[in-house]
Amino acid sequence: MKPAVALRTAVLAGAVLLLEVLCRAGVISRFTMVPPSAMLVGLVALLRSGSLNGDLLATFTAVAIAVVSAVLVGVLAGAVVHTVPRVRRILDPLFGTYYAIPIWAFYPLFIVLFGLNEIPKVVIAFLYSVVAVVVNTLLGLDRVPRVLLKMARSYRMGPFETGVRVVLPSAAPFIITGVKLAIAYSLIGVISTEFILSSRGVGYRLSFAYLGFDNTTLYALIVLLLICVTTINQIVYAWEQVLLQRWGRR
Amino acid sequence: MSVVADSRRRGDSRVADVLVLILVLGLVWQAFYEMAGDVAMTPPLATIGYAVRLMLAPDFWPNVRATLDAFGLAALISACVGVPAGVLLGVHRLAGDAADPVLVALYSVPKIVFYPVILLSLGLGLAPVVAFGVLNGVLPIMIFTMHAVAHVKPIYLKMGRSFDLTAWQLMQTIAFPAALPEILTGLRIGLSLTFIGTLLSEMFAAHAGVGHLLITAMQLNQVPRIMSLTLLIVVFAALLNTVVVWVEHRAYGHATDS
Repeated sequence: MKPAVALRTAVLAGAVLLLEVLCRAGVISRFTMVPPSAMLVGLVALLRSGSLNGDLLATFTAVAIAVVSAVLVGVLAGAVVHTVPRVRRILDPLFGTYYAIPIWAFYPLFIVLFGLNEIPKVVIAFLYSVVAVVVNTLLGLDRVPRVLLKMARSYRMGPFETGVRVVLPSAAPFIITGVKLAIAYSLIGVISTEFILSSRGVGYRLSFAYLGFDNTTLYALIVLLLICVTTINQIVYAWEQVLLQRWGRR
Repeated sequence: MSVVADSRRRGDSRVADVLVLILVLGLVWQAFYEMAGDVAMTPPLATIGYAVRLMLAPDFWPNVRATLDAFGLAALISACVGVPAGVLLGVHRLAGDAADPVLVALYSVPKIVFYPVILLSLGLGLAPVVAFGVLNGVLPIMIFTMHAVAHVKPIYLKMGRSFDLTAWQLMQTIAFPAALPEILTGLRIGLSLTFIGTLLSEMFAAHAGVGHLLITAMQLNQVPRIMSLTLLIVVFAALLNTVVVWVEHRAYGHATDS
């Protein structure tokens, strides 16, 4: 095992163990936190009961729709904006400020516009992610070396072929970063919205458990979400490595 | 002389760009209003009117004060913890390598997941609001600082060592200044997130502050109030961002100021 991995494992294991001891010894009261072992037991019981399946499905369907639409719209919009520098200069301050806007404040508006269903949640997650994709697409397109475009022209490539064989591979590392951010932001958007205002989904269950002082369920859900999000990130990371290798980067 | 005129022209066109942006956003807003109607939103000009009336109301400024206090404290803690911790992790390779994946994983977890934990352990009031702001802001500051310090050009450090600098001098005169622009980028992202975190936390944990005003308006469905509060929050966020970007540009030097 590499020393960094060993150190990380040791620190994390130590922290969990410390929490377990503090909780069992009563230094941290059960009203504040349940011991990590109890969290796992609660999680298994929760998953076994199957009462969570509908909420899990609702949450991750919303995330998936938001990510796919944000990536498609974002890459396309980025490509269009990139061809008109003037538009890009005008939009720049908006991109800079965008992530300081509390988008969930528009939730009541979206309910009126789209109805009391899953759509407002998806729209918020989409709005939250799409700008990250646009910005990273722009950055990626900036990095396409001029000489490669010239070469494509001297090989008489059409716009489509140039796009697929020259522009996309050169811009890929940034676009992939955009996709990664879109996934993270969509998760944040969906789960936060559910926590604040929705009546379905894992975020809602979290808020419901908190309000009902049901700490076993609460911490089981927290552990579940941490596991889900970390797993998704690991998968995306592995996928990024594969893509970068295939496109001859690295 | 021509340089001065040139930079002034550039400044003018930037102001013009911002005005165009505001105009376009206003038109989009108006179009949405025409679609949705009074039930859902207020038109731009009327909202500005509401915002002015809101700012003249006596109960508004104490709430702004509460938010700014919490945000200021959270920002200060995020920066004072995030930057030194990032520098240490950047200098100490092993610790940095061990911490990096954990920090990045935590960064991409929705922080709201930890919100109940904060409320359960800190109760209601200023403490959870500040804590949630810090939780949102400190990670990007730490991650950016760590990467910036770890990727200072080795030749700078070599030169420092050939001047026989001590570890502290090396950090102070070479590593920190070389990493400063990226640290400022981390601070900008961190401060925006701290601000959002503070507001979000005020919605549930506090009995004062702009976030508290917002959630009350949302629960009572007072559309003009929601719209004007959101407008004021966005304007404040834009101003904050502009200031930090300005500082950042100065740190990068005029070379990258295009």
